[in-house]
Amino acid sequence: MGLPISQTLAPDGELVAAHDFTTDDLRAFHRDLVLARRIDTEAFALQRHGELGLWPPMLGQEAAQIGSGRALAPDDFVFPSYREHAVAWCRGLDPALLLAIFRGTSLGGWDPADHNIALPAIIIGAQTLHAVGYGIGLTLEGKEDAVVAYFGDGATSQGDTNEAFAWAASYNAPVVFFCQNNHYAISVPLERQTRVPIAQRADGFGFEGVRVDGNDVLAVHQVTSEALAKARAGGGPTLIEAITYRMGAHTTSDDPSRYRDAHEAESWAERDPLLRLRSLLERTDPGFADFDAEVQAEAEELGEHLRQVCGELPDPDLAELFEHVYDQIPPELVAQREEVRSWS
Amino acid sequence: MELSIGKALNAGLRAAMENDPKVLLLGEDIGRLGGVFRVTDGLQKDFGDQRVMDTPLAESAIVGASVGLAYRGFRPVVEIQFDGFVYPAYDQIVSQVARLRFRSEGAVAMPIVIRIPYGGGIGAVEHHSESPEAQFVMTPGLTVVSPSNPHDAFWMIQQAIASDDPVVFLEPKQRYWDTGEVGDEPGLGLHESRVVRDGDGVTVVGYGPVVKTCLAAADESDVPLEVVDLRSLSPLDLGPVYESVRRTGRVVVVHEAARTLGLGAELATRITQECFYSLEAPVQRVTGYDLPYPPCRVEHDHLPSVERILDAVAVTGEF
Repeated sequence: MGLPISQTLAPDGELVAAHDFTTDDLRAFHRDLVLARRIDTEAFALQRHGELGLWPPMLGQEAAQIGSGRALAPDDFVFPSYREHAVAWCRGLDPALLLAIFRGTSLGGWDPADHNIALPAIIIGAQTLHAVGYGIGLTLEGKEDAVVAYFGDGATSQGDTNEAFAWAASYNAPVVFFCQNNHYAISVPLERQTRVPIAQRADGFGFEGVRVDGNDVLAVHQVTSEALAKARAGGGPTLIEAITYRMGAHTTSDDPSRYRDAHEAESWAERDPLLRLRSLLERTDPGFADFDAEVQAEAEELGEHLRQVCGELPDPDLAELFEHVYDQIPPELVAQREEVRSWS
Repeated sequence: MELSIGKALNAGLRAAMENDPKVLLLGEDIGRLGGVFRVTDGLQKDFGDQRVMDTPLAESAIVGASVGLAYRGFRPVVEIQFDGFVYPAYDQIVSQVARLRFRSEGAVAMPIVIRIPYGGGIGAVEHHSESPEAQFVMTPGLTVVSPSNPHDAFWMIQQAIASDDPVVFLEPKQRYWDTGEVGDEPGLGLHESRVVRDGDGVTVVGYGPVVKTCLAAADESDVPLEVVDLRSLSPLDLGPVYESVRRTGRVVVVHEAARTLGLGAELATRITQECFYSLEAPVQRVTGYDLPYPPCRVEHDHLPSVERILDAVAVTGEF
């Protein structure tokens, strides 16, 4: 079906295309992948211990997120969905802020301008339109920055996402639509969302769609960098379809064994994004073993840190939340806030 | 200066755009056509197509893109062409626009004005005469206002645009052509209600298109009616209402929207809680019926009329 799938690093760790990354770059990717996975697996464990009410695991999608997230320039802006834990990591967001959302102590209480990452959208596809509006704003200001909207394969069925594609094309907005095709929208497979490859849809809207092996961090970084450069240079939007696989459940609440064949997950485990980069580094980087030991120790520390901060996340004060509904608190909310206080 | 409500809104938008370069207008047909009601007439010619943007026909995108523009520091003013077309954008309004300040604990403002020509009485086809205000009033984080005269139209649109909160701005479309004096000062804040006719017999509370009907009823009534124009539906300013009801002891609430869980239900509850010992009669409601908006040949039987208001006034006198 037309579009080729970009790949630099084959599942067995062999290089199948040239790249410009230095050994330090590769090590940095390795570190990011390991630490991002640790954030995810630690949060998953915290949920199983009852510390989080829910967690949407990212396991298997690390390369898609690190590869694209590390392609971003500081002034680029990201509109994520709720599974972009590794993208948030790349933006420098404290992982505790993600834990807070799923522990139920916050709805995402950070200033998006601090790290150039918006609050996550839980309504599927809603953020794609926000990205387009932000991109139109960049154009109006004459800025040469870009914006990235992250979403999944299920979101391509939403009206908002299709409206976002149409608008981005119409306004030639500097937007990179980054679809992590992880093959399932909760339990519903990709085949129920689309009859053509997702990237192919971009053609119908009048812009370029590209497919990339989403478990290949090097290829993802390269195609995202190219799409961002094009956007910054006035070349308009790109739809990137990163083909990957959600190894775990949609969230900790569902049971993939009800809707997926075990062999399917096993076949994707062989394409693990961490193993393939590790394989390359083990063969080509003489000092890798020592570096990896440091990274593993760092991951242990990060896990420990997350366990600790999770338990220390403060419950918000319900009465204080009244301050944030409006710029000026209306009298009725003042009265209701006092009602809350009267119960404490 | 004598202006129609439509022209007053146009002048108010122009003033807001002159005062703040971050103000952008987005909507369907608002540029070259000047909007289907011509409220944005001439603005694209004077401010350019980057500040008055004719958009693709997609309501969710008009509001959703405005969220991104607001993230970037712009102040989008969007036109939803007709009330019944707002529902495709409802998710973006209630799930995104209304919540982002709360979710970010005050870090993100969404200074978006969503202009909606609303209400019936113009003989339109389906989806062109709806009164969806309660659906927005019940959403925390949104401000909902409706002017009833040219002076308020001119000043309230500017106050709405200056607000750092999202405002659903309901324009009473059957009154677009009504003319009146526009003064040099707003006189009232965006969220203040106002007694527009003094009377010590029965308090009549309305907003938007029905204020004129309430005033007409006051002209014809044997009982002196005190008419209160709410102006702001969320938040409500019920001080003048309570004050009036404490004097009159009788109250009629009027709106075009369907009765059940309409704004009248909230008003009746609050008036009962605050003015129970002053009330001489149960709060009466004159509203649209609990019907989808009917075919327009019978809309005048559906909408609050002078006769129905006077009948409700008479009912309050029977207790």
